[in-house]
Amino acid sequence: MEKFTSHTGVGVPLKRSNVDTDQIIPAVYLKRVTRTGFEDGLFAAWRNDPDFVLNQPAYAAGSVLVAGPDFGTGSSREHAVWALQNYGFKVVLSARFADIFRGNSGKAGLVAGQVDEKVVQALWDYLEDNPGGQITVDLEAKTVSTPDGEVQDSFDIDDYTRWRLLEGLDDIGITLGHEDQIAAYEATRPSWKPATQHA
Amino acid sequence: MGKTLAEKVWDEHVVRSTPGEPDLLYIDLHLIHEVTSPQAFDGLRLAGRKVRRPDLTLATEDHNVPTVDWDKPIADPVSKTQVDTLRKNAADFGVRLHPLGDVEQGIVHVVGPQLGLTQPGMTIVCGDSHTSTHGAFGAIAFGIGTSEVEHVLATQTLPQAKPRTMAVTVNGSLPEGVTAKDLVLTLIAHTGTGGGQGYIVEYRGQAIEELSMEGRMTVCNMSIEWGAKAGLIAPDQTTFDYIEGKPEAPQGADWDAAVAHWKTLVTDEDAEFDEEIVLDASTMTPFVTWGTNPGQGVPLGATVPSPDDFEDATDKVATEKALEYMGLEAGTPMREIKVDTVFVGSCTNGRIEDLRLAAEIIEGHQVAEGTRLLVVPGSVRVRNQAMEEGLDKVFIDAGAEWRGAGCSMCLGMNPDQLAPQERSASTSNRNFEGRQGKGGRTHLVSVPVAAATAIRGTLSSPADLDLDTSSR
Ligand code: SF4
Repeated sequence: MEKFTSHTGVGVPLKRSNVDTDQIIPAVYLKRVTRTGFEDGLFAAWRNDPDFVLNQPAYAAGSVLVAGPDFGTGSSREHAVWALQNYGFKVVLSARFADIFRGNSGKAGLVAGQVDEKVVQALWDYLEDNPGGQITVDLEAKTVSTPDGEVQDSFDIDDYTRWRLLEGLDDIGITLGHEDQIAAYEATRPSWKPATQHA
Repeated sequence: MGKTLAEKVWDEHVVRSTPGEPDLLYIDLHLIHEVTSPQAFDGLRLAGRKVRRPDLTLATEDHNVPTVDWDKPIADPVSKTQVDTLRKNAADFGVRLHPLGDVEQGIVHVVGPQLGLTQPGMTIVCGDSHTSTHGAFGAIAFGIGTSEVEHVLATQTLPQAKPRTMAVTVNGSLPEGVTAKDLVLTLIAHTGTGGGQGYIVEYRGQAIEELSMEGRMTVCNMSIEWGAKAGLIAPDQTTFDYIEGKPEAPQGADWDAAVAHWKTLVTDEDAEFDEEIVLDASTMTPFVTWGTNPGQGVPLGATVPSPDDFEDATDKVATEKALEYMGLEAGTPMREIKVDTVFVGSCTNGRIEDLRLAAEIIEGHQVAEGTRLLVVPGSVRVRNQAMEEGLDKVFIDAGAEWRGAGCSMCLGMNPDQLAPQERSASTSNRNFEGRQGKGGRTHLVSVPVAAATAIRGTLSSPADLDLDTSSR
């Protein structure tokens, strides 16, 4: 997993609350055998609407999603996080996240930053005045800001997840940090333990 | 205080233990199939990782494969994609694969033991809940999710919180004609489908010791059906005899060293389990399910229960819903239930012993009119062995369909499926709504009950066949 320290990118206002994972990516898009390519199913039901925010040229390259409260509820599908990442999102900001979505995000390396409801509103106002405007998310300092200094606030993320993201460690990365212990254990395995391939 | 068998095996695999964190367990064998592995390999690719121990990893194709025309391309595009993806992943990452058409291809939980890769005291995982099957050899074996598959591929370890332990002691001997399947169905009806939650279960007692390895695998296979994390049985001479001479079994001095260690894998006299259940095998009879979970079962001689038989309100509702789905009337004798399709196979009952037992009962009889019998060996090896013994002829002469190896009608993922409302007697492990095909109605049964049912067309035991003959 790549280290995440700070990210500046186009903010996308998603002015809806209770966006569940079926809305993020419907079940029909889950048949793929890869962990990539799910961007075609992202918000599939809304993408047909020309007025939908991602269909507006100013937001097409968005990477910081600013969503209404209770984002990511419903089915536990990891694909919801993959779809956002595959599209290009690095950060989702919301006043409230569903637990499983937050957990899946942390595993996959998507920053799910919890901000005050008034911060969401301030960011939406900023993007209304500056369509395609940039937002900076600093994970080290746990702050979110706009270039004009209109918004300068903090966000919440749990310490363990923050540490892992800063270090660029997924669960596998953490385990691989104990490589020496794994290798030491392997050295003690009896010779008669079975193998599927023989030298 | 001494240790239980599960604790011994667990402790032997702890790579790292830190208070407040799950133990990091070393995995001795990682089994893979086409359904739950694609995203895991894709994750490795994205992160630029490799498979740490291809030599402890084995892949086979089972869930999606057809059991006829296996030499032709797979017709269903989604199934074909999954199988093709597994082939590419195995080639790219250096994993040994037994593809469709290979002599070692088959259901992942049949393949491991028959190759001799499943041995006592191991940790075995697979992205499949019936991995518990391998516990029959005294191994800790459990199913994992796709993220965990990726974790094991990359690290050959898995962070795991230590489960509690439970003993299921089955005293006495099973009566003639009553099998391991009846034993485990009786147990699940007794505990309910959630009774084992959070436990590694050790099956023990005279009835368990008297089971063959095939029977022990049937019992451990269904551990997950009453919620257990894993089920295991202490290895003994039966276990050693089964393993000896298998392709991947230790040889020579290694064999002696292995057996010496395996003999230490028993629960100490003074060890304590967190929970214990005691059953008496001598009172058990052929057992069949009437409902839509494996806990909804009764003796074959009983009648379909009524919602009023249950005190608990949720049980009442569950019974009502199950009867409606199954199209059954409360009070109907189980023996009068007419069956359209009989399925002998799956990782529960698709091994050579199961086919021998089925053939022994079917020999000299015909499959009843209006009923079809599918006999599906769990692996190509089982299939070949059965043909060497002439079992295929017995089935074909009786009017049965003799198929290729795979999961087949155990789950509605390949072409072998029930039609809506079609009723089956199945030797598999799950009777959930739609499990064998949309709208299909499943009765879980033992091999002898399956065979007798195929002949009589209604749920039956071999004893009913004897009655038929003597009254003729
Ligand atoms: S036979 Fe059935 S239970 Fe066993 S692995 Fe295949 S689908 Fe799963």
